[in-house]
Amino acid sequence: MTHIVLAIGFLLVCIGFWGLMTRREVFRMIISFSLLDTGVHVIMVGIGYVRAGTAPIFDEALAVAGAVGKVVDPVPSALVLTAIVIGLAVTALMLSFAIRLHASRGSLAVDDMKELKW
Amino acid sequence: MMKRLIIILALAAIALGFFPLAMRISGDSGLTALATHYVEAGADELGAANLVTSVVVSYRGLDTLGEVMVLFTATTGVTALLVAGKSKSHKKEKDSEPDGDGRREGSELLATGAAFLFPILILFGIYIFLNGHLTPGGGFQGGVVLASAFLLLLFSDCRLELNHALLKGAEAISGAAYVAVGLLGLWLAGGFLDPRFLPAGEFGQLFSAGAIPIIYILIGIKVGSELTGIVDAMRRCS
Repeated sequence: MTHIVLAIGFLLVCIGFWGLMTRREVFRMIISFSLLDTGVHVIMVGIGYVRAGTAPIFDEALAVAGAVGKVVDPVPSALVLTAIVIGLAVTALMLSFAIRLHASRGSLAVDDMKELKW
Repeated sequence: MMKRLIIILALAAIALGFFPLAMRISGDSGLTALATHYVEAGADELGAANLVTSVVVSYRGLDTLGEVMVLFTATTGVTALLVAGKSKSHKKEKDSEPDGDGRREGSELLATGAAFLFPILILFGIYIFLNGHLTPGGGFQGGVVLASAFLLLLFSDCRLELNHALLKGAEAISGAAYVAVGLLGLWLAGGFLDPRFLPAGEFGQLFSAGAIPIIYILIGIKVGSELTGIVDAMRRCS
């Protein structure tokens, strides 16, 4: 089960890299970045999974004593929580750059941005 | 053709770089030593039923403070890119186009739905960050729900102007209060962002886990106002 999740995560990362390298339009590159981001999140959650583990939240069903072995790793979950929020903020920033680019040039194609050529 | 070959080679190189990492991952290796300590002692040390919250707010509290700062910087960047220098030209547009930038009005269905859902969404967001130390959820999730309530409101009424002074004030005060709570932990308890300067309370109840609920309430307000600011900046620029 974990291996399926990890494989999907690596596949998403590879699709994201491929999109970043082949697409010529800023908006599609942002979508590729989001895919890459999601892939990394999936991998991190997959790494923290413990077989037959449940969420690390104590209640009637999960006593504090003997919880080790029954719960998944809480550290990757917390890291992914952080990463999702930062991914959202970075995507919003990239989208506003794209909006400004489109407003000043009327195009989002990388080929139209001659200043970047060398 | 040459380009495609280079891209394929680059992807293969990335895959090769990842391969040893991927091979070392085995899902059922159990908890690491650090995670074992968190699971065994986290409930006694901090008194929060949700261990992920313990890690986010307290054990890794500095990371979360940094994350809030990244979010703040990104919001500042979005506002600077989209809204700065717009105010003068915006007024001119308004004079020539009285019909709200030529934008289509939200339908009756959307307006009624938004009016009905807005208070429920606000209540739900507050519930999520109030119970962040007991159930799945927390400040970031609750803040996003709050922002989505405002997004719905902005969709339904394109002439709506949010109170920016209030948004900025909520964001600034909650951010400063977050750091102040962290400093209180430094003076009254074990270290910066240590939530144990308040009584631990009864395990699993709303008033428990020291200052963790307070920190999550502050984060919820901050994230909610920041994301509302981003949504509003994107609407105002177009």
